[in-house]
Amino acid sequence: MSSLTNIVKKEFKELLTKSTIIPVILMALLFGYMGTMIGDIEEEVMAKPLVGVVDLDDGIMSDMACHVFNTSAVLVYNGTDVDAGLSEVKEGGGVALIVLPANFSSNILDGSRGYVDVYWIMEGAGMLDSVSSASVDALLRSMSHEIASYLVSETGVADPALVFTPVERLDTTIFKDKEMEGISPDFIISVLSAQSFTVPFIIMMITIMAGGMVISSMGLEKENKTLETLLTLPVSRRSIVSGKLVASALVGLVMAGIYMIGFNYYMTSLEMSAEMDLSQYGLDLGPVDYLLVGVSVFVSLLAALSMCMVLGTYAKNYKSAQTLTMPITLLVIIPMFITMFKDFSTLPTALQVLLFAIPFSHPMMAMRELMFDNYVMVLGGIAYVTVFALVMIAVTVWIFNTDRLLTGSTKGIGLAKLFGKRK
Amino acid sequence: MTCRETTSGNAKYGRAIHNERPRKQAMNAIEIRDLVKDYGSFRAVKAISFEVREGEVFGLIGPNGAGKTTTLRIIATLLRVTSGTVTVLGKDLRTEPQEVRKILSYLPEDAGAYKNLTGTEYLEFIANFFATGAKAEAIVKKGVDIAALADRIDDKVDTYSKGMTRRLLVARALMTDPKLAILDELTSGLDVINAQEIRRMVKDISTRGMTVLLSSHNMLEVELMCDRIALIDDGRIVELGTPEELKAKYGASNIEEVFTRAVKA
Repeated sequence: MSSLTNIVKKEFKELLTKSTIIPVILMALLFGYMGTMIGDIEEEVMAKPLVGVVDLDDGIMSDMACHVFNTSAVLVYNGTDVDAGLSEVKEGGGVALIVLPANFSSNILDGSRGYVDVYWIMEGAGMLDSVSSASVDALLRSMSHEIASYLVSETGVADPALVFTPVERLDTTIFKDKEMEGISPDFIISVLSAQSFTVPFIIMMITIMAGGMVISSMGLEKENKTLETLLTLPVSRRSIVSGKLVASALVGLVMAGIYMIGFNYYMTSLEMSAEMDLSQYGLDLGPVDYLLVGVSVFVSLLAALSMCMVLGTYAKNYKSAQTLTMPITLLVIIPMFITMFKDFSTLPTALQVLLFAIPFSHPMMAMRELMFDNYVMVLGGIAYVTVFALVMIAVTVWIFNTDRLLTGSTKGIGLAKLFGKRK
Repeated sequence: MTCRETTSGNAKYGRAIHNERPRKQAMNAIEIRDLVKDYGSFRAVKAISFEVREGEVFGLIGPNGAGKTTTLRIIATLLRVTSGTVTVLGKDLRTEPQEVRKILSYLPEDAGAYKNLTGTEYLEFIANFFATGAKAEAIVKKGVDIAALADRIDDKVDTYSKGMTRRLLVARALMTDPKLAILDELTSGLDVINAQEIRRMVKDISTRGMTVLLSSHNMLEVELMCDRIALIDDGRIVELGTPEELKAKYGASNIEEVFTRAVKA
């Protein structure tokens, strides 16, 4: 074997370890999933939208509109009863119910603007949840185009403004049992987009920062050979674990806070001027809601840190500690991307299970869920994450009571000895 | 200096047996009975038994991998006992580890200190586990005196040489007046003069009641400091006695020769 081959072989052995390969594989799977999701969205864009139509006009213009709808959409309801139409559209998985009012044709033919009522059935408030409503938007534009063409060919351009926009729509959005008049799903999503992006990002930063602190702390204790001394001092293992958790949480929060300030400036510079107060639609958070968000963030951070403590026990030194942050990073990036782009309720069941199981998802989703009064989801998440955190802390204390920290093995330690013959 | 005693010295390949000191009725600081330690399927310590008396400087020597550090770590409450019993001043390690930690001090061979703390801050950190207020301050003052690092005591540990760090760690181990000090390679990294000074200090403190369990590859240090020596090999105690007894038994002029002959036997 040549010297070069010898060195290459040694480098491969050092570099290609489980801890370096597994995160890359997981990242590849994540990108694979995202690719599939984007592919699904493309299909969604290309597919005809499912809509319901209530034609109360039965005139020439409404016939024209219905022709466009029949050609470019799949009608899950076609009748004259708004309530029945809404019910059918909801059951049929439709996007919107388009209501052509009684005076639709006469208004346009009299030189006035026609109006359609659009009842949007909104499924989710994620960035990608607006795709389905975009297809209905396109449908309504086609309708306007047809009517405009008719007006130009039959009546000439008496009023250019009317020709350019012969029909206006009156939006009503129905989302999670809330009926919000005057706004479209696109508008809600665009107003919530800053929150959709910022909250998961902040949670990710806090988790990675504080988690990295804990793992590094364990790695440094081992690298600097201070752990043995610490473990022989008259202090309980529980106190050592708690001390590391509290200090890391505080330092992590401070560091995340600094990042947040910078990030906030960045986001502010990108914000659109069209702000709207969603509180008039009941889409705001009260003091109890903010308290629940705080609790959700706290228990999630606790879960992250205790999980990092368990991982930290595997750290041999500072360098290996850096590698061990990868699992946490992945576990926090996955829900961050998912919650940014899709609403929990619009995800496939398998992904919903995955998202719920990852403890860091819950604070990312909490604000939006509370905005739509989904307390069951938030409280259930808090309960789950609390149990998760307590189990992780118990596992950490147990590891601290075994030989693992010094020998890297818990062999021969019976579960009966769990939680503390040693304090 | 503690008087040397006469022991039977017939502890080869089994339980070490030795007599009580005739000069005082001291209780045993450490009592080990049939101690076994397994790492998975590997048995590192194979049913060893010995006692260390209060105020004694007891040496545990042996070749690499013999089970010395494992035994020290068990007594220091770092590792669990697989079977057998270990008591420190009457307290069972299995049931009262926290009580044992209050009375012992362990100085590992390659120990370090927190690099971002100053020497004083490090001593304060340790002292706060043992006392509060004025008592803690007194402990720190004692530590500063033992470390004898002059103004450098207020510099960050990160800037210390290996020898300075070791002095700080020795100070940390002795400043709390432990009833039992477990010292692994006490003078590792120290020059001859510093090493002599530290040995003298440890010996002096031991005459005032502190028991010392010492492990070292420096046979001169072992011979100079220890009242009795146990030689461990392949997880078993193969010899135990005073340095004079062991030298006489092997017809050796020093402990290094005893070590070599006993291990090769």
